Amino acid sequence: MDLVNSILEQLINGLRTGSIYALIALGYTMVYGIAKMINFAHGDIIMVGAYALYVFVGLLGLHPVIAVLLTIVVCSVLGITIEKVAYKPLRNATPLAVLITAIGVSYLLQNLSLLIFKATPIPFGSIIRVPSVKVGSLNISGITIVTLVVTTVSMIALTLFINKSKAGRAMRAVSEDKGAAELMGVNVNQTISLTFAIGSALAAVAGILFISQYETLLPTMGALPGIKAFVAAVLGGIGSIPGAMLGGIILGIIESLSKAYISTQLADAIVFGILVIVLLVKPSGLLGKLKIEKV
Amino acid sequence: MKNMKRFAAFSVAAVLAVSMMAGCGDDKKDKAEGSEAAGAGEETFLIGGIGPVTGAAASYGTSVKQGAEIAIKEINDAGGVKVGDTTYKFALEFADDEASEDKAVQAYNTVMDKGANAIMGCVTSGACIAIVDQTYQDGILQVTPSGSAEGCIANDNAFRICFSDPEQGKAMADYAIDTMGLKKIAVIYNAADEYSTGLQKAFEEEVKAKGGEIVASEAFNTNDVEFNTQLTTIKGTDAEAIYVPAYYQDATYITKQAKDMGMTLQFLGSDGWDGVLDTVSDASTVEGCVFSSPFCATVDDADVKKFVDAYNEAYKATPDQFAADAYDTVYTFKAAMEEAGSIESADMIEAMTKITVSGMTGDEITFDASGAAVKEVKFVEVKDGAYQYKAE
Amino acid sequence: MKINKKTIINVIIAVGVYAVVQGLISGGMLSRQMTSLIIPICVYVMMAVSLCLVVGFLGELSLGHAGFMSVGAYSGALFLTHTELPQLPAVLIALLIGGSAAAVFGLIIGVPVLRLKGDYLAIVTLGFGEIIKSIINFMTPITGGAKGLSKIPLYTTYRNFTFVFILTVVVVLLVSNIVRSRHGRAITSIRDNYIAAEAAGIPVSRYKIMTFVIAAFFAGVAGVVYAGNIGILKPVNFDYNTSIEILVMVVLGGMGNIKGSIVAAVILTALPEVLRGAADYRMLLYSIVLIALMLFNNSPIKRAFMDRRNMRQAGRLQKEGE
Repeated sequence: MDLVNSILEQLINGLRTGSIYALIALGYTMVYGIAKMINFAHGDIIMVGAYALYVFVGLLGLHPVIAVLLTIVVCSVLGITIEKVAYKPLRNATPLAVLITAIGVSYLLQNLSLLIFKATPIPFGSIIRVPSVKVGSLNISGITIVTLVVTTVSMIALTLFINKSKAGRAMRAVSEDKGAAELMGVNVNQTISLTFAIGSALAAVAGILFISQYETLLPTMGALPGIKAFVAAVLGGIGSIPGAMLGGIILGIIESLSKAYISTQLADAIVFGILVIVLLVKPSGLLGKLKIEKV
Repeated sequence: MKNMKRFAAFSVAAVLAVSMMAGCGDDKKDKAEGSEAAGAGEETFLIGGIGPVTGAAASYGTSVKQGAEIAIKEINDAGGVKVGDTTYKFALEFADDEASEDKAVQAYNTVMDKGANAIMGCVTSGACIAIVDQTYQDGILQVTPSGSAEGCIANDNAFRICFSDPEQGKAMADYAIDTMGLKKIAVIYNAADEYSTGLQKAFEEEVKAKGGEIVASEAFNTNDVEFNTQLTTIKGTDAEAIYVPAYYQDATYITKQAKDMGMTLQFLGSDGWDGVLDTVSDASTVEGCVFSSPFCATVDDADVKKFVDAYNEAYKATPDQFAADAYDTVYTFKAAMEEAGSIESADMIEAMTKITVSGMTGDEITFDASGAAVKEVKFVEVKDGAYQYKAE
Repeated sequence: MKINKKTIINVIIAVGVYAVVQGLISGGMLSRQMTSLIIPICVYVMMAVSLCLVVGFLGELSLGHAGFMSVGAYSGALFLTHTELPQLPAVLIALLIGGSAAAVFGLIIGVPVLRLKGDYLAIVTLGFGEIIKSIINFMTPITGGAKGLSKIPLYTTYRNFTFVFILTVVVVLLVSNIVRSRHGRAITSIRDNYIAAEAAGIPVSRYKIMTFVIAAFFAGVAGVVYAGNIGILKPVNFDYNTSIEILVMVVLGGMGNIKGSIVAAVILTALPEVLRGAADYRMLLYSIVLIALMLFNNSPIKRAFMDRRNMRQAGRLQKEGE
């Protein structure tokens, strides 16, 4: 196999992980853009989504379509609950307090699922069966294509929703200035709840696609993709929805290429190194807007 | 502001402190009950077990604990161990080390506080190395069921039941080249894991020494789930087989993703693969894979069947190699006691090189001066969705 | 260092703790389990107090504190395994090397700190922790990689309790003096209002870097003690979870309360030993503690309580004034 072909194959591998990162990053960036906080537990909601699907399909034997819908509902409700219980009381607290709470929530979800489902990995076959596509000598797996399509559709739908719908306008208003939005008749609490619901629904979808790709359930499965997706969101410009998608795919490709041609061991270091460089050189990311801080 | 925080902190602290004391109280009670039971006629030989029963490596420690309990029950039901005029019954005090080095030292001291006569542990290599100097200072007999790194038996008082990493890697290489007739082999290993790197190094050296070729040596990290990059690289070579010295979770991802890529190469594995059939979503992904293993629960053997049945009855699970290693560890203690005619560690350590143990992981296990177990390596093949010993 | 009543009381407490623990050790009254806890407690007290400087006083979240500890532990341990000096000078130099190496990394992290704060900074520190881990793993010929660095001389075990204890007290005293000094007030002012502090002429960037470097130095020192107690180092022991455990100590101690951090470090190091085998529940408990304390600290109940207390205090001050 010649070099061009091998590079192309590695690019497709990058696309495969990158499209998952992109989908997770969409949820991250949306919550950050509107609620102005890093929802550290976002990655763990993915894990909850994957386990929920397993419970619905694997244990209760529901039809996959119903199971997927139920999974999305479970995660949305979980997202709203987390926001109401843990984040809402801290809306006027320091970012430090919010971040520590978010870490606490992330840990809580991981350890609860560790207690319920144990540390032993659970195998769970994919519910999505799409044949792989052959382009010349390249083989693109069906699940990669599905993930890419779902991510793109989500990105477009989310952009339209935020820019065109009334609820989306309310979200943007809350993002700009909570107080002013409230004065203009926007129900801030409801808007933030909606944000978390949508963000968690996206996490549920990401969890479903993740488990369909890797077929193994672990309580810690969401943590690393979650953090990498955050890096992707920062790379693309946090708060920017197309940026999240772009960042996710670029990150996936960088990771795949550095694993293939530099060193597998240093791949994670390279990913985080990129985060540091982006933040130093262009803190607003590729597509983000720079904000000036006010007192 | 500050005082309030302090109040909050101290009230939590106070609650924790109270629960701590409560914990202490319980400990003492346990101890008292334990010594009472021991004083009821026969003497007790207390085995101090150390291994992870919580955390990511919990399944290994749990298996060791349960495997040892089966052996202890068997021996005690059969009347215990006669040493001179005294009959000893075994008892097990198992302390959790969460597979971490610092917790292992504390776990070791905990079982010593309870008066352990010999140490079975640690289950994982790093933890084992962390206590090996302390057991030496205390002069107590230490037998690790599954600590496979070389440093685990650095001192004269330490022995092991399982194979060392280099031994196993070398044996697999010999088997791949001599018996299976493979020449060009690729390796995928966990560069952040001691066990995996130990096997990989020995395997690659032996393949090269035997005139074979390592066409690719690809690394990954603990908790990685994405192996397409490594597999793509291997796909671009003319490898005939892929050796994956790693644990079953990793093997699950690797075999699945290889199958998705349309790769049909022969997979070779290490004893960490034991259990892989429980974690693959489709057994056909590992069909035909061969891995080295000291123990196979499905083999047609009366002793093995007895052990597997007893284990299944007690814990509703099939014993893995960790359970088998621990079972043999307990029988090793028994043999050493009988040979030495004493339960003093110094005498038992001396007796260790003279004993032969017939157990689950080998018919005739002996120990050499370095503390390593001498037994033959066995190979298991996945055939029709079940483990089978590979015919020699 | 000003000698006042508070200092004297603290010294008396320190001496008292030392006398009791040393008495128990030499009297053989401690079980082996308890004895093996003494040094880890000292290590985590140092870790918690140094992290307290960053989280509690500077008000920035560092999720890579275990990374600094590992840098210190590895560099100190590498020196100890290669030196032929007698024990005491060897340990002292190792502590210095470990602390300095960690401080250098603190400085490297300090550079992005210039541009970042809050959430971003926290993620960068997390990333740095992971990078340090990857690099230690990658430098196998020097650090032993995944196999770990073993055969480290056991110079800081409980047999050298006096030395470790003095070291811990020195670290605590240094940190609390920094906090009480002019620099400490500058650091706290950055936490309370970054822009106002800048406007008041406080070199914010310099102080931030300084805080990170100092905290990293002490974490490195703690790492050396850790290495000299266990004798084997592995990259996996310095992961994100370890950083979080130290963070829990600081939060439980009341964020910005050094004494609280010490008490929390002692309890959280000893507690798992007592509740052996319940480690799964321990992490669950930690997460609940984190959430509950954060919610409590920001709850209206507490705010009302604080207001009442402040009023009372103000009233008392007024009376004193009269």
